[in-house]
Amino acid sequence: MSENTEPRPAAAPDPDRLPAAQATAVEPEPLEDDEAFVTSLDTAGGAHQPSAVPVSTQSGSLPGAPEEESVLRMIFTGNGIVTILAVVLALILGGLLIAMTDKVVGTTAGYLFARPSDFLTAVWSAATSSYVALFQGAVFNPRGAGVAGQFAPLMETLTIATPLITAGLGVALAFRAGLFNIGAQGQIIMAGILASWVGFALHLPMGLHLLLVLVAGVIGGAVWGGIVGVLKARTGAHEVIVTIMFNYIALYFLRYLLDTDLFQRPGADTPISPILDPSAAYPLLFGSQYRLHLGFLLAIAATVFVSWLLNRSTLGFEFRAIGANPKAALTAGINVSRATILVMTIAGGLAGLAGVAQVAGTEKVLTDGVAATYGFDAITVALLGRSSPWGTFAAGVLFGAFRAGAVQMQIQTGTPIDIVLVVQSLIVLFIAAPPLVRAIFGLNPRKKKAATAGKTKQAATTGGAA
Amino acid sequence: MKNSLRATFKRGSMAGVATAGAAALLLTGCGAAPEASTATNTASNYTGCIVSDSGGFDDQSFNQSSYEGLKKVTSELGLKMNEAESKTNNDFEPNLRAMVAAGCNLTVTVGFLLGDATKAQATANPDKHFAIIDFGYETPVANVKPIIYDTAQAAFLAGYLAAGTTKTGTVATFGGIKIPTVTIFMDGYADGVKYYNEKKGKNVKVLGWDKAKQDGSFTGDFEKQDKGKQFTQNFLDQGADIVMPVAGPVGKGAGAALQEAKAAGKDVKLIWVDSDGFLTAPDYKDIMLSSVMKQMGEAVETVVKQDKDGQFTNKPYVGTLANDGVQLAPFHDLDSQVPAELKSELDQIKKDIADGKLKVESAASPKA
Repeated sequence: MSENTEPRPAAAPDPDRLPAAQATAVEPEPLEDDEAFVTSLDTAGGAHQPSAVPVSTQSGSLPGAPEEESVLRMIFTGNGIVTILAVVLALILGGLLIAMTDKVVGTTAGYLFARPSDFLTAVWSAATSSYVALFQGAVFNPRGAGVAGQFAPLMETLTIATPLITAGLGVALAFRAGLFNIGAQGQIIMAGILASWVGFALHLPMGLHLLLVLVAGVIGGAVWGGIVGVLKARTGAHEVIVTIMFNYIALYFLRYLLDTDLFQRPGADTPISPILDPSAAYPLLFGSQYRLHLGFLLAIAATVFVSWLLNRSTLGFEFRAIGANPKAALTAGINVSRATILVMTIAGGLAGLAGVAQVAGTEKVLTDGVAATYGFDAITVALLGRSSPWGTFAAGVLFGAFRAGAVQMQIQTGTPIDIVLVVQSLIVLFIAAPPLVRAIFGLNPRKKKAATAGKTKQAATTGGAA
Repeated sequence: MKNSLRATFKRGSMAGVATAGAAALLLTGCGAAPEASTATNTASNYTGCIVSDSGGFDDQSFNQSSYEGLKKVTSELGLKMNEAESKTNNDFEPNLRAMVAAGCNLTVTVGFLLGDATKAQATANPDKHFAIIDFGYETPVANVKPIIYDTAQAAFLAGYLAAGTTKTGTVATFGGIKIPTVTIFMDGYADGVKYYNEKKGKNVKVLGWDKAKQDGSFTGDFEKQDKGKQFTQNFLDQGADIVMPVAGPVGKGAGAALQEAKAAGKDVKLIWVDSDGFLTAPDYKDIMLSSVMKQMGEAVETVVKQDKDGQFTNKPYVGTLANDGVQLAPFHDLDSQVPAELKSELDQIKKDIADGKLKVESAASPKA
């Protein structure tokens, strides 16, 4: 008899836990609902067979896994207000940093009490002039020559955003399937190697050549990502470790290749490949005054594709189900191994598209800096985009704007380009700590928080006792 | 109760912070306000600009020396200056475009990686002038002046010096990445040692570079100092006592390894490259034998002055021992460890190379 009553308190904490988790993530998203659905299903499964599994194992394993995951999930798919506030906060802190390192501010601070207005104006003008330059370099430059010149910065922003968007989509997609894909860097590199080789070594007619470059690049990224998927699915190797190591393998492989005659310019001894044939390059969208190329349209297409894949296709449903709870997905008859391999392959292919945008779009050559820092920025972009396709797109454009504007900011105001990197890093920091952002903006209703804290505590104790 | 307590505490801490802040301001902020002045020393509309490669202007290597050269000449002549640091290879083209848009008369670009981007912008803007450090074009571009160095000449002196000072009969060198601007140091160094052996009938060995095979030890990049340390320790284990790292900041790893060896009682020495390490890497003063210097700052100054006076040409500037574009740095603290005889021999070799009596050849030498 006692055996029959015991499972109830053990299962009870879970309904408690659910509202608690939702309260912390203020705005429940559709995805959260999925999770809730799956979790409750899981609990139900647990409650149905109380006599078969010892109670201690139940309370030990069941609540543990979803909880841990939910923290990561919260970071990745947190709510929109926090995301925007994180960007605002990072920009404000960046402004303060600009002011602090400004020379005029430094000198005026020396006679702050003699003439405080000087100091305040200096702080204000240092920060605002930098951000105005950033804006002029990223969106609209009123001093540009004609309308074409005035919108040149916007085109530049979209150009830089192109690889960020596609690589970011790869990271976001993998995350939706519960995989933390750090390997975009390596996937971009492998794509760059293959695409550039096809681009400079083969000489084919217009159209066909570019198509082959594109296919080669996407395959390069897809294979590099797919291997990680296979390792994860077959051997359980952790994808974070494997992708990081694969980044190094790709980089050193690239450096090795650039030291061979195969990838060096004939007669030269520098690690830089020949320039890609014109037939292998993406056509420019609006003429040679801008750098914006066909890759941007492909990035839009990729966003539409990922959006369809995740929200409309069976495969996407499987990805999301696995991301929410792999065990439940397995129980529901989803082939988790197959989906893991597939999602990593597609993610790799998307990063590969970024590699193609690099060699066939902007750089036109292969160097060991072909991936720049896009592979790692892609993680930030996916984070900021909350792993949704169009969110990632928007985040990619925002980061593209930062990058494009930084050039102008550096030249116009002498503000170090590092400030932009600091702002980017601060954004990640704030997104990873939603309670901090909410606390700063006073969005944490104290009473509610205390109540939920009490509840979880209670739940924990009951769970422990059981 | 708890809340109010916390609030008081918070208020207290805020007050504390405010006091501390005020105190800090009082201490720093009581200087007198300067009189309003509007005079600037911009005497000319000429703008000199510089775009770094991904190493940045604080790389203690060619970006830094070029940057300092431009800074010096622009402030001396009262010119305007624009600078753009590239964080990645992707920044080259946007930076160069922005420089052209900012109205730069002369834009200095640093390193072979910028070769293509510089050429593209120069061709698109024929009325603007460019200069590129450490890179020469196979077919000259009308408005780009290459600034290149026959570094092998000075490295030859360093090799001779190393061979003449080694106690173990073994010296070493290693590079960052196998590119001509690095291997040219190693070629000259190896040849200098060889020349010493021929002259003196000795058999000093060089580790880390085989000139005939054009192959040797490379750390793989210009960043990982621990690799430089590891390489140097290996060389020390193989009996070397003088090491010349040609790897920018990675050279600091070599310095650290040598200092450890010195602390352990070994007599070891370091040869720096690019700038006078005694001044730019003072941490290793006590083991710094000499440096193979490329005077990039001076070259940039010269080119800017020429361009401002309307004497720009696209003829490469080649730094040699003859025009002091490359030099062997003074021995500074280790002066006493270099025999007077060796010093006079070095002077003679320098003179012979400058006069063309002694030919120093490297596959990486600039073909001018």
